Amino acid sequence: MTVSTEIGRTDLGEMSLDEKGLGEKSSGEKNSGEKNSGEKNPGRQRAPDIAASRRVFPTLIFLFGVLFAVVPYWGDDVGLRESFLLAAVYITLASNLNVMIGYTGYINFGNIVFFGLGGYICVDLVTRWHWSVVVAGLMAGAAVSLLALVFGSAILRLRGAFFALATIGVNEAVRQFVANFEPWGGATGIYLSFDAYEPLGGPMAALWTVYFLLVGVMVLSLLLSYAIKTSKFGLGLLAIGQNEDAAGVLGVRTPRHKALAYSVSAFFPAVAGGLFFFKSGIIEPNGAFDLTLSIEAIVMIMLGGYGTVTGPLLGAFLYEELRGYLLTSPTVSQLQLVIAGALLLAMVLFAPGGLVGFIHQRWPRSRILLQ
Amino acid sequence: MIGVLASVIDGVLVGAVYGLAAMGLTLIWGVMRVINLTHGAMIVLGMFIAYYLSKMAGLSPYEGIPIVVVVAFATGVGIYWIAVDRVIGRPILMSLLATFACNMILIGIGTALWTTSPYNIPVSLPGISWQGYTFTGTHMMAAAFAGLIAGLLYLFLNHARYGKAIRAVASNREAAELSGIPTKQVLAVTFGLGVALACAAGALIATLFPFTVLSGSNYQLKSFVVTVLGGLGNPAGALLGGIALGLVEGLATPFMPVSWTPIIEFALFVIVLVAFPRGIFALSRA
Repeated sequence: MTVSTEIGRTDLGEMSLDEKGLGEKSSGEKNSGEKNSGEKNPGRQRAPDIAASRRVFPTLIFLFGVLFAVVPYWGDDVGLRESFLLAAVYITLASNLNVMIGYTGYINFGNIVFFGLGGYICVDLVTRWHWSVVVAGLMAGAAVSLLALVFGSAILRLRGAFFALATIGVNEAVRQFVANFEPWGGATGIYLSFDAYEPLGGPMAALWTVYFLLVGVMVLSLLLSYAIKTSKFGLGLLAIGQNEDAAGVLGVRTPRHKALAYSVSAFFPAVAGGLFFFKSGIIEPNGAFDLTLSIEAIVMIMLGGYGTVTGPLLGAFLYEELRGYLLTSPTVSQLQLVIAGALLLAMVLFAPGGLVGFIHQRWPRSRILLQ
Repeated sequence: MIGVLASVIDGVLVGAVYGLAAMGLTLIWGVMRVINLTHGAMIVLGMFIAYYLSKMAGLSPYEGIPIVVVVAFATGVGIYWIAVDRVIGRPILMSLLATFACNMILIGIGTALWTTSPYNIPVSLPGISWQGYTFTGTHMMAAAFAGLIAGLLYLFLNHARYGKAIRAVASNREAAELSGIPTKQVLAVTFGLGVALACAAGALIATLFPFTVLSGSNYQLKSFVVTVLGGLGNPAGALLGGIALGLVEGLATPFMPVSWTPIIEFALFVIVLVAFPRGIFALSRA
């Protein structure tokens, strides 16, 4: 497992150099540097770190989730709940997208297609067949994951910018298709009637239930992201992110790994989409397949630090808070996009490792708590 | 039958303008391996420059094109030095995000300045009537200008000394640098040229359809489709790709509701990308 975190680390700090060869060279240097320091304090220093991190980190995530769920409930603060609900959705999206972008190194611009499709399938199951929203959400997740596996096998043959473009194409094609798909209400979308919330004890109670469910999805997403990163599968993904050809030569079954990563990263966004649009009471194509949100998720990942578990969490939370502040503040609401863009540009140009990358660089020991 | 033919011809005319826009995108990709996500914003910039030239100075968009090109070139060079220069050669994610950040900033400023309400440039040109179908004058003029600008670009890239330098940098940057070409400057100029092409196309599109600050993303997606059809990094292919897209749009229009055309476009886009990543016209060049 040491290796996996090390690779993730190099990914973060030194990604800034060169795609073609320089990057590999520098990561080699970096690795040898790490090895040297490892030799100075042989084994003893590192192994307890990893073990400590393994014990502490999942618990931390779990506690974070509990806090997230309980704080608005105790205060009975609906405004805070709405803000946190959006943050939970953002964290889910960013964390799962990070599996593709941060670990595997494939830029999925159209990851919102999972969210939208999940939303449509779930809302359809709830309105047409009166399924419970939990079952419908899980069903939507499974269906979208399966679809992603099929589509992923095709478009993951492309690399780099070509893959990024293809994901935009898939999202737009699906959006346009749904906008013309009459059973799903075409361009006007589907409305939920108040009856749909009866099984959850009426609309007011349903809002809280959905909120808790979404927080649950968020926690599971983060745990999944951590589990992947510390697994052999994740090691394969990180290897693909470093150098796909080399990973293949070393025995990583790259097509299978990539397709699985794509499919896995589709599940929770689809569930979150189902819950989110169930809560909204309306789903329509432009809101469901909003390319901007897709790219905002990438901004969140960059803000927090890509390739880390906590990066997307921090990035998404900060982004949501910032956006909320900018939107409501009268002086800058006009310039909300400008400020967000300037922030992103500054991150890309001067701190490509994001917040977590910066903290890791400053305090290497922080890696126990900030995976 | 004649109706279909008329629709196809009209589609091809508009497609040539899309091709011109896509040439800007593909030129930048070909030379520096950067997908310029400010492309849509630049198309809109071209539209608004043309709008103000016609409103304030009374210039028709066609007369205004040289000014549009000059302003756009300067903007492009500026964007290059601010945002793109530092991400050249870094992972593709960085250049995508850097240009996207610029896009956000520009669209944000644009929305603050012009809101999102629609604008249009009134241009009246005599059309040609044929068998009861009228080919709009603006469509023909726009296609003619697109062809003219594409031709000028071709001459520049293949015969001018500086154009040859651009192609040298595109094929091997290190070797170009060793041969005494100031490659950074060439990259900046190329970015400026790419933006100028996008703006010129924007000015032409503004004569065809009404536009808003947010129209850019739509035309940017069309440019992606066109570049992929023509092969990324291949300017001549982009023009052909644009015409091919126009052909598809023109062919589809008489047979199905207009709202279905985008599905065909994007499905085609993904299929071509997966099956022929170098574009459908790459075969003839190989």
